[in-house]
Amino acid sequence: MSSLAMRPCGDFRTSYKADNTIFETKTIRLVTCLVIALACAAPLVLDGYFLTLFIQISYLGIAALGLNILVGFTGQISLGHGAFFGFGAFASAWLNTSFNIPVVFCIPLAGFLTMGVGMMFGMPAARIKGLYLAIATLAAQFIIQDFFGRAEWFTGGAAGAMAAPVSLFGFDFDTDMSFYFIALFALVFMYIWGCNLMRSRDGRAFVAVRDHYLSAEIMGVKLNKYRLLSFGISSFYAGIGGALYGHYLGYVSSEGFTILMSIQFLAMVIIGGLGSIKGTLMGVVFMVLLPEVLEGIVGLMKYTDFGNLPMVTDGLAYIKEMAIGLVIILFLIFEPEGLAHRWGQIKNYWKCYPFAY
Amino acid sequence: MKDTILTVDQISLAFGGVKALTDVSFEVERGAVFSIIGPNGAGKTSMLNSISGRYRPQKGTIHFDNQDVTHLRPNARADLGIGRTFQNLALFGHMSVLDNIMVGRHHLMKNNWLTGPLYWASPAQKEELTHRRQVEEIIDFLDISHVRKSIAGTLSYGLRKRVELARAMALNPKLILLDEPMAGMNLEEKEDMARYILDLNEEFGITVVMIEHDMGVVMDISHEVMVLDFGKKLISGLPEAVMADEHVRQAYLGLEDDEQLQEVG
Repeated sequence: MSSLAMRPCGDFRTSYKADNTIFETKTIRLVTCLVIALACAAPLVLDGYFLTLFIQISYLGIAALGLNILVGFTGQISLGHGAFFGFGAFASAWLNTSFNIPVVFCIPLAGFLTMGVGMMFGMPAARIKGLYLAIATLAAQFIIQDFFGRAEWFTGGAAGAMAAPVSLFGFDFDTDMSFYFIALFALVFMYIWGCNLMRSRDGRAFVAVRDHYLSAEIMGVKLNKYRLLSFGISSFYAGIGGALYGHYLGYVSSEGFTILMSIQFLAMVIIGGLGSIKGTLMGVVFMVLLPEVLEGIVGLMKYTDFGNLPMVTDGLAYIKEMAIGLVIILFLIFEPEGLAHRWGQIKNYWKCYPFAY
Repeated sequence: MKDTILTVDQISLAFGGVKALTDVSFEVERGAVFSIIGPNGAGKTSMLNSISGRYRPQKGTIHFDNQDVTHLRPNARADLGIGRTFQNLALFGHMSVLDNIMVGRHHLMKNNWLTGPLYWASPAQKEELTHRRQVEEIIDFLDISHVRKSIAGTLSYGLRKRVELARAMALNPKLILLDEPMAGMNLEEKEDMARYILDLNEEFGITVVMIEHDMGVVMDISHEVMVLDFGKKLISGLPEAVMADEHVRQAYLGLEDDEQLQEVG
């Protein structure tokens, strides 16, 4: 019973409804609302560079949450998430240009389309596990990537596909500033969606399948259905994230959605914390900001004596790449359970401060 | 006429050359506490696994509530009303106790992955709260309200056994299969568990099929006892009659242990 509740003294729950909230305490909810409100006001202060970073966090965060539902909550594995992300981007652009469906509807539709494809490739998932499943999803990654290259009607082949900007009531969201609000809305919406999913019937079934699939089946959970559904929902998220990415850039090229991207998604989820919704976001923020922060640090090196060496000035880019790798390795050694776990420990520490227990 | 809830007819189960069960037949009366005893490796757990659907017997049929369930998947049997606990704890270790028990309500709930996330705008919230209310009653009954928000994997052994029982009860089963509910417990915990089993049998009207090694408990609470040995049924009947049987003493209780027998009897 080591789990410390964050509830302060005197915060009694008198109804099941009050005991069944997304946020553990009122303070946490208030802080979250405050952060969202501040985020709404951020474009007034921040310049385009930060907005770009945020938009990046947003679409990657949505896709990563999907992967966490699959890997962290259901205990499956997928090495093809990047391909599904790309499929969402192409699907949305294709729906928009071929059928003239407004982009606002294209994005969720692309999500459902990707969900269908994901479930198709997830079919083996109901039957195989672990490393074998990893290889099966690796096949999905390469098949879809190949499809991008060949299906010119869908992706535009090597030339890529144009994606129109999101437009609502005649207003085009084609600048960083305006798209920022779309990204923020999508992020908040999809995360609330995820939170609610995990506290309702099917979310519990996912975790049950992960923790003990034999007893989950005895408890009435259809194993095959939920393993497949988990693949579907994870691809759904990837599709939404991908669609946002496509309409933000305005152009989708088939080159970006490689296995590297899939592994990057896995890294985000593992660093953030498997089986934690807030951890997913932390992991994404970490992975997106890390190169930027390192870039800043490496830039500062120029002002030291050390930085005048030609070896350093020439190799700045490589030093940055190596540092990213190093940080990730150190992270996995010292905090294998992810940022969410560390966050919980910090909170526990301050809860009892200055006493140890 | 006897009102039987479970009819097992000529079940045979083999793993390759190892015959776990050979032509075992028995009937369980509705509302009874039915115990299965026998030495280790006698096929008791295989029997429960066959009833709950984890194993498919090669031969024979199982009827539950006048319905042939022999070929149903385990989750379909849960829908019909067969709940069970496991010998080696099988809780969802990273979930809270409350969520563990809520999983037991799975087949009674309707919301899916589309309506669930729309929590406030769909019937999902109402459904959650109604089922929570019923789960709380089970929590109250088994006296585990102090740990309802704890992570199941962090609990002590005795508490975990109780949470498992709660989870099985949350299925609203007509028949509950208990695999050694008292293994590894001290006397006090055993007494508590025996009381819970009797109460769920009498108050909730759930039929109990139980595997147990503690002969004292078996003799005290069961209405009927069946003895398995090497996958074959030796005898079944009233506890006293079974205990008096010569073969049973030989196979399970041991002939020399007359002192123990007297204690039990």
